[in-house]
Amino acid sequence: MSTAVETTQTLPAGQWSVDSVHSHVGFAVEYMGGTFRGTFSPIEATLGVAQDGSATLVGRVPVEGVRVQDENLAAHLQTPEFFDAERAPEISFTSSRIQRSGQEVTIEGELAIKGNTLPVRATGTVGDPAPDPYGGERFALNVRATIDRTRFGLNWNNPLPSGESALANDVELTAELYLVRA
Amino acid sequence: MRVLGISGSLRRGSHNRMLLRAAAELLPPGVELELWDGLKAVPPYDEDDDIEPSPAGVADLRDAIADADGLLIATPEYNHSLPGQLKNALDWASRPVGASVLRNKPAVVVGASTGAFGAVWSQAEVRKVLAAAGARVVDAELAVGHADQRFDPDGRLTDAGMREELREAIAVLVQEAQTRLSAAA
Repeated sequence: MSTAVETTQTLPAGQWSVDSVHSHVGFAVEYMGGTFRGTFSPIEATLGVAQDGSATLVGRVPVEGVRVQDENLAAHLQTPEFFDAERAPEISFTSSRIQRSGQEVTIEGELAIKGNTLPVRATGTVGDPAPDPYGGERFALNVRATIDRTRFGLNWNNPLPSGESALANDVELTAELYLVRA
Repeated sequence: MRVLGISGSLRRGSHNRMLLRAAAELLPPGVELELWDGLKAVPPYDEDDDIEPSPAGVADLRDAIADADGLLIATPEYNHSLPGQLKNALDWASRPVGASVLRNKPAVVVGASTGAFGAVWSQAEVRKVLAAAGARVVDAELAVGHADQRFDPDGRLTDAGMREELREAIAVLVQEAQTRLSAAA
């Protein structure tokens, strides 16, 4: 006997907006043999899913909302050497294609950092919509992508005594979004 | 547009001050260069003194940078690095962190030394310090080596190639400053 299991291929239809309090957008980058992390807030994001399953995710975070543990580093990240908040005050993403297979999701789109817009591909998981205690309906969308920061013009580095660079070029971006029916 | 020139050398016969004077003759139309001579009056950085009102020499430095659209820094090289008095002034100017007068300020660094290399290591250090403080350091340089042989009795830079490099460095600075002014308008 065989059982056919239908695999969900689309995100839940409707308009969804991000719960910015409980969602998380962050980065992780190898630094001096460890992993350095930070976050961006507040997050703005919306997801629109048509009845035919076609979907668009749009999101943005302000550069001034980069959160790290030290005020000097936080200030340095705003400068032309890093994100250049004066000229590029926002980091934004617009999806071009979203594919789902069961709980797995792949999102392709354009990421804009420091005035440079480049294609990225993020993969992760998606949950099923469920009622929340506030009369709303929500589901989770967790994705990550790895980008080369130097392609976006973030070139800072510092040589280690070994001659190697202190800061890696590859940065892992993480978005853990609660999406609430709008 | 106002460019502030800062010489990292204090002595009267400074080649770097001569370099700034030479720069004054190579400015694009509509640009004026103010040579700032307050470096010696900036006290050693002490966070206990970094309060309002600022020490007089510090207030003068911060006001001069704040009022300028761009910085032209000419540095000598002491022991393969930048002079202490210049680093000290940049440290004062870099405070308060996140809101200092150096933040987003367009800056170009040139240098002169009596050695062969024209203070290139010192220039690199000054660029690093400025960038760390949030300045908009432009990609241009001029290394005046054998500086004791590069100026005529009237203080003019005798090497035509170096004059052009200096003119180009200033032009890049001015372009950066104009971009910033246009965005703010």
